Amino acid sequence: MKVLVAVKRVVDYNVKVRAKADGTGADLNNVKMAINPFCEIAIEEAVRLKEAGVATEVIAVSIGDKSCQEQIRTALALGADRGIQVETDGSPEPLVVAKLLKGVIAKEEPQLVILGKQSIDGDNNQTGQMLGALTNMPQGTFASEIKVEGDKLNVTREIDGGLQTIALNLPAIVTTDLRLNEPRYASLPNIMKAKKKQLDVYTPADLGVEPSAHLTTVKVEPPAERQAGIIVESVEQLVDKLKNEAKVIS
Amino acid sequence: MSTLVIAEHDNNSIKPATLNTVAAAQAMGADVDILIAGADCAAAGTAAAAVAGVRKVLVADNAAYAHQLAENLALLIAELGADYDNILAPSTANGKNYLPRVAALLDVGQISDIISVESADTFKRPIYAGNIIATVQSSDAKKVITVRTTAFDGVADSGGSATIEAVDAAHDAGISSFISEEVAVSERPELTAADVIISGGRGMQNGENFAMLEAIADKLGAAVGASRAAVDAGFVPNDMQVGQTGKIVAPDLYIAVGISGAIQHLAGMKDSKVIVAINKDPDAPIFQVADYGLVADLFTAVPELDAAL
Repeated sequence: MKVLVAVKRVVDYNVKVRAKADGTGADLNNVKMAINPFCEIAIEEAVRLKEAGVATEVIAVSIGDKSCQEQIRTALALGADRGIQVETDGSPEPLVVAKLLKGVIAKEEPQLVILGKQSIDGDNNQTGQMLGALTNMPQGTFASEIKVEGDKLNVTREIDGGLQTIALNLPAIVTTDLRLNEPRYASLPNIMKAKKKQLDVYTPADLGVEPSAHLTTVKVEPPAERQAGIIVESVEQLVDKLKNEAKVIS
Repeated sequence: MSTLVIAEHDNNSIKPATLNTVAAAQAMGADVDILIAGADCAAAGTAAAAVAGVRKVLVADNAAYAHQLAENLALLIAELGADYDNILAPSTANGKNYLPRVAALLDVGQISDIISVESADTFKRPIYAGNIIATVQSSDAKKVITVRTTAFDGVADSGGSATIEAVDAAHDAGISSFISEEVAVSERPELTAADVIISGGRGMQNGENFAMLEAIADKLGAAVGASRAAVDAGFVPNDMQVGQTGKIVAPDLYIAVGISGAIQHLAGMKDSKVIVAINKDPDAPIFQVADYGLVADLFTAVPELDAAL
């Protein structure tokens, strides 16, 4: 089966992002960019399906300006077969991303679409579910295990307090959680090979989508700072403070 | 103006997250109705009708909604939502699963994880692991919103007298089915509802050592959590993870043991009322948010703490 994987270019997870002083947005000057960690897990899962003989082709798609080709190349170095960039200005909202991905699905007709459960910049956790609604495909969100069983996909999902397993008709959408797998590192030969792999570029118009805006960011600000606390000398003193000063234990 | 709150429930009772979401809904200033979608869920409907300040409870009692499958729930909520200006759900694993699907069916954006209501169309929400708070304004006629439950004090679960109305709509998309569920059975409170949480990080060294935290948790009536490092290392399951991509908690007391305090972890617990950090590294960033820090080897300090309680 053909597997489509969506990848997003985001600020590297080690970077502590700050609001610009004028409150217009995040200060992203000269910060390190990387593939969103959950998208990396999505790529890894698709590549493992290919290695297991379940997937026949893995296509990595990213939406954004030309710079996101860097993340597509990373996905190709990790084992994806070819890439697609949908060229947009900046980072569209999740609903628009879902519409663009729907357009790619119409062209490629994958049996399985794997996305990260959320991107660590916007923290929205929406795109996979929205894509499910737009394509009328079932969704296995926050997946910790997936298994193809005939014409169905069994997905074990992280839910509050435990795990749930559901069966989805194919084609289906999966969004990844942390435990799904541990992504590999790209080897140097594979990074070199990735440069030669096919990468097609579409515009939203090619996919029949008119980008829309639903949300305007009015301003951004740093979160309220916590007052620095005190260092206690002993467990005894700690328990005393918790009982008599903070009064949170009795 | 009216708002539909999608309840988090177990068919018999409503979860506290529902009460926080009703509080956010009331802050928007419109009439608030609650939807209970489940199977054999009449008791949850009765409980929801007692919630303070609720106008009406819609009860959709059908086998198709038994396991909260997003494909079925989204069709139901999108249909019922046609009559409402706002649709709110708690930002639980469940709410995060079905609500974006509803938004897309209605062709509107979703506003995820709001922490305050500034006006009927303007909200604050954290981005970049909570390092930035964005104020966002929605231009959609219908607002579809998930609510960070820790940011809103729950309304009272009694004193209300809402009318209860049965909803007949049975939506079975027929594209997904439930197989099984493994929910950890614990005498301890749920992480997101606990007044006290004790969490362990990489410093715990292995899963067995979490027994030390469990012993203290039982004395304090606390829940046990973990950092992503501890989950990634395989010490404990992912449902214990507190952080940006795990559970967001804000208990009265949060005790971080052997947790360095990566920004992703802080994003999940820094709104706790009192934070205690126990770590042998005096430079660990967790001390910058802790009200009480103890620089000590956890393998000495934790047994001492256990004995002192």
